[in-house]
Amino acid sequence: MNTSHATNEVIKPLGMNFRDAMWRKFITYLPYLWLLLFFLAPFIIVLKISFATPIVAQPPFTELFDLDSDTSQWWLASWENYQFLTEDNLYWVSYFKSIKVAFISTIICLLIGYPMAYGIARATPIKRNILLMLVILPFWTSFLLRVYAWMGLLGKNGIINSALMHIGIVDSPLQLLYTDMAVYLGIVYTYIPFMILPLYANLEKMDTSLHDAAADLGARPWQVFINITLPLSIPGILAGSLLVFIPAIGEYVIPALLGGLDSLMIGRTLYDEFFVNRDWPLASAVATILLLILVIPIMLFQRSQRDKPQS
Amino acid sequence: MNKSSRFVFSSLCFGFAFLYVPILVLVVYSFNQSAITSVWGGFSLRWYFALFNNEQIIDAALLSLRIAAVSATFATILGTMAGLALAQMGRYRGRLLFTGLIAAPLVMPEVITGLSLLLMFVSLQELVGWPMSRGASTITIAHITFSMAYVAVIVQSRLSSMDQSLQEAAMDLGGRPMQVAFDITFPLIAPSMLSGWLLAFTLSLDDLVIASFTSGAGASTLPMIIFSKIKLGVTPDINALATIIIGIVGLGITIASWIMLRQNKNKENG
Repeated sequence: MNTSHATNEVIKPLGMNFRDAMWRKFITYLPYLWLLLFFLAPFIIVLKISFATPIVAQPPFTELFDLDSDTSQWWLASWENYQFLTEDNLYWVSYFKSIKVAFISTIICLLIGYPMAYGIARATPIKRNILLMLVILPFWTSFLLRVYAWMGLLGKNGIINSALMHIGIVDSPLQLLYTDMAVYLGIVYTYIPFMILPLYANLEKMDTSLHDAAADLGARPWQVFINITLPLSIPGILAGSLLVFIPAIGEYVIPALLGGLDSLMIGRTLYDEFFVNRDWPLASAVATILLLILVIPIMLFQRSQRDKPQS
Repeated sequence: MNKSSRFVFSSLCFGFAFLYVPILVLVVYSFNQSAITSVWGGFSLRWYFALFNNEQIIDAALLSLRIAAVSATFATILGTMAGLALAQMGRYRGRLLFTGLIAAPLVMPEVITGLSLLLMFVSLQELVGWPMSRGASTITIAHITFSMAYVAVIVQSRLSSMDQSLQEAAMDLGGRPMQVAFDITFPLIAPSMLSGWLLAFTLSLDDLVIASFTSGAGASTLPMIIFSKIKLGVTPDINALATIIIGIVGLGITIASWIMLRQNKNKENG
């Protein structure tokens, strides 16, 4: 971690003239403005529209400041969408289920990913590069098609069911696809590289002299692991877990393709509210609550990004 | 092998089997003559022919490639600038917010990004009359926004890990910042910019949710077509499509690592 002092160092010319200052401003503020306009401002609009009322029009919601001809009111914002969210059980169930699925998937990713990251970090340099490439490779192929691959495996006529029936373990095909188990499988499968990579980066940089010292002093391998490796790898565990947990909560594609009709995850509820019911204000309210749930994890993630030692 | 390394070895084997077996099965069954997934009807290329005769898929693929190329290029330009701003511009007003704006798109659930961008486009249209309609251009803007964050992270980590002495020397010799950036910094970080471009290209080509939100009635990207087909179940021509994509990616990665290996060897020899 002592190499990070170079990060914020300003490389400055001997004297700054007007053109240099303009260049500096241009480099800094153009991407900044882009993100303010297309990433931050949109959230404010979501917040605004979550207080609007749906109407049949284009766009399908009311303005917040408008003259209502019936009641002659100017201020048309309402809490109705949020009230509706708290009263309808569907949304509670969706939020809770999303958090549960994301949490359990994160734990499974960690349990599978940690030994893999450990093995890669302790391999010889040539093997290490090959293994690392094998982890990254699926990341470059289509996410959608990797989820789809599981539909072929898990379906009623799928490979797993035909194999099971061929061996004679089951007589009729099992319901594997369109279940919660399939959703867990899909999330773990597609997100596990996000767990392995930060863990690997952490474990690879770890100074092994502490391990040697502990072993010399008579610690058993598992004691070295519990007392030294594991505590030192907590930043990697945290970064990897957040990279899985946060996007998994809002996941739409996996529950839509692999989950059953009752697999109500909030991403899917939001998507349907928007595209099927065309209730934009309610979808905005759902998104606002989801963002509130994610504020703390996202801030934790941002801190883990900022504090990470530069590789 | 002792007990703990045996455990690590078997979890590596299990993990990689888990990652690769589904993809391999998909590839094998794309050559299946039979239309039913579990029945092997002999080797055939019929699904590949079916794919190339499907105009809807070809059109969508061309649209996706166009969006991906344009958005990756802009994302690389903006992301490189952002990386420079984060790594070398020191303190300036709003730096903390800026780092947040770079980190958040990496983890933000797609449904939120998609919905918020769509509502932004709708409000902009009401306010200033632009964008006139939603389609390829709005999808491109959305893709630039989330992929520039990835490019920025790649470029920033390269900039902060590399030797600054060349840039400092150029400054000491009187080079102006813009000159130094174009003559020294950009050539030095070119490989990171290239991998940033490739990542942005792949992310754009792969995106379903954000494109669905920000697209209009006319424009359907390849993932949108694929999704509407596979929602109803397994279709063999999508297996063929997946195999082609996997083949291209595999080839690309092999060539890239071969070039990198050769460069490393040259460095060692020279």
